[in-house]
Amino acid sequence: MGGKGTSLRQYLLTRLLLVIPMVFILLTLVFLLMRVAPGDPISASLGGRVPQEEVERIKAELGYDRPVYVQYVEYLGNVLRGDFGTAITDSRPIGDIIRENGAATLELTFFAMIVAIVVGVTFGLLAGRYRDTWIDGGGRLFGILIYAMPVFFLGLMAQLFFGSYLGWLPTSGRASPLVDATLVTHTNIYTIDTLIDRDRDAFVDVVKHLILPAVTLGLVTAGVFIRLIRVNVIRTMKDDYIEAARARGIDERSVVYHHAFRNALVPVITVVGLTVALLLSGAVLTETTFNWPGIGKTLISYLENRDYPAVQGIIIVFALVVVVVSVVIDFVNAYIDPRIRY
Amino acid sequence: MTIPAQVERVPPRPRRLVAVRRVFAPIGDARGMTRWMLWVGAGITLAFILVALLAPVLAPYEFDQFRTPEEGRFVQLEAPSRDHLMGTNVQSTDVLSRIIWGTQTELKVVLISLFLSISFGVPLGLLSGYFGGKLDRVLVLVMDALFVFPFLLLAIVIAFLLADKVGQGIFTAAIAITVVYVPLYFRVVRNHTISIREEPFVEAARALGAKPFTIIRKYVFFNVVQNVPPLATLNAADAILTLAALGFLGYGIQPTEGAEWGYDIQRAVSDAASGIWWTGLFPGLAIVLLVTGLTLLGESLNETINPVLRKRRYEKVSLAPPGVAEAEME
Repeated sequence: MGGKGTSLRQYLLTRLLLVIPMVFILLTLVFLLMRVAPGDPISASLGGRVPQEEVERIKAELGYDRPVYVQYVEYLGNVLRGDFGTAITDSRPIGDIIRENGAATLELTFFAMIVAIVVGVTFGLLAGRYRDTWIDGGGRLFGILIYAMPVFFLGLMAQLFFGSYLGWLPTSGRASPLVDATLVTHTNIYTIDTLIDRDRDAFVDVVKHLILPAVTLGLVTAGVFIRLIRVNVIRTMKDDYIEAARARGIDERSVVYHHAFRNALVPVITVVGLTVALLLSGAVLTETTFNWPGIGKTLISYLENRDYPAVQGIIIVFALVVVVVSVVIDFVNAYIDPRIRY
Repeated sequence: MTIPAQVERVPPRPRRLVAVRRVFAPIGDARGMTRWMLWVGAGITLAFILVALLAPVLAPYEFDQFRTPEEGRFVQLEAPSRDHLMGTNVQSTDVLSRIIWGTQTELKVVLISLFLSISFGVPLGLLSGYFGGKLDRVLVLVMDALFVFPFLLLAIVIAFLLADKVGQGIFTAAIAITVVYVPLYFRVVRNHTISIREEPFVEAARALGAKPFTIIRKYVFFNVVQNVPPLATLNAADAILTLAALGFLGYGIQPTEGAEWGYDIQRAVSDAASGIWWTGLFPGLAIVLLVTGLTLLGESLNETINPVLRKRRYEKVSLAPPGVAEAEME
């Protein structure tokens, strides 16, 4: 890097080049963890349940009897071609799992992110602006409590209160059994599918199912936003240009809203990127709590069945999603803030 | 025998304490909200440590006890009563006892994992930051790869793989959590080391011919280590959440090995449909309380020790006329 005329394009190129070793290391880590550590995945998955000859036959068929380095090269090749493998237990290709269950996770995390941003930015800005007042105290206490709340515990309490006690909202699944059975899937994102078919009742049903999981996951993620935005606002308010703006006689309200908040929110884009990893972790727990058939819940059920190839495939996809998001976030940041691409 | 008066001197303070005192010195200056957070956080944390230490005295029953010789088997899913202050769960064990014994489990796992991740992360960060070069580049790439990985997935996979070989006990959980947090310490320590490395006093030491390891030990270490207490406290809070999440998904502590709050909440999910609240509420509150305590402690330590956020007693310099300055504070 470096040089005198570092342009945006140059920055993007270097950033993209840095992705290659990162992806390579991630893929290698996953391979080492999932393939080398347990020996071979077929014995680990089927051992004890199927006769030994059968295990050997499947091993030979899938190529697990060859030397590890040959498997490694082939594995890298397959992943690069977009082939993430096939589950042993139910023979579902990982690609299909991503398309179907991934859509459910995408729907959940998207709405959770909206909840998180709205709640987090509001409380974070207020707490930072009115530092050491009751607003700051309340905002921070909320931030800390919500951070301390495991997402599955918050989900359980929401189920108890809104589901069992009040009976307002459904607590499990993506839709009622009838809607689920009759729904025509275009995108596997139910809110969009029902809108495409202009089915109002189904849409309401789907949204009702979405509220508890999305708000639960969103609130928990909001805790991170509150803490970081608060610190950012405090830091920004100490900057020289704020003092300069005050010295120019600009009124305090304008200083805060136009000068401080805008700059305090730039790092939020980075935080959104970092939160995606957090959201995915949270999604695994939220999906398990609310019986939401997303990719996290699928992963857990494959783990229970000791289906190593499926687990490996899903984990690679998770890792790639995080890498892609972090690159996109860096691009957006470099575009907005010229200081980053120095 | 008489002692001459002039020998009466204050004995020199031990050197180690000076360093520790320097790190924690700003705590006395904490004011307002930060001071309040510091004490509440320390109080809650201390209370949990006491509960863990006194568990054998405090807990009415064993963590896996479902019957007494006199009364026979406890009633399943009994609402909170005199005999069972927080009720019983589906396995007829006493919820309160499981929470008290669980405190021990949580703290044990957190202590082990903190110890492990600090003793790997801090030295690696120091070496990588101070020497730079190829070692640094490789370590940064590996750590970054671990860091971008969704932390819970990493912990689940490690726990899942270790479960086959080591079993599902306190150690497996602690190692799974350690792997998640080593990159964090590494990053913070490495970045700070890099900035310290260029400071004039390190340059001076180098010019005087000090060996690299002497410089790291005497000059870099104490400057960098300031970051560790707040980080470790916040980290402990996070580790408890991770442990509970592992337990919730069934990859934490095996039920025969010890009581664990996350596992208890997982068992409580099926009770929720029938409106049974005590099996899930109490273990959850225990998690929230302990994590809140540690977070308050960690955040206030961060605010007092971290110079960027530090706010001391001195008056704020304001360029605005007095009336305006007061209006701002509202």
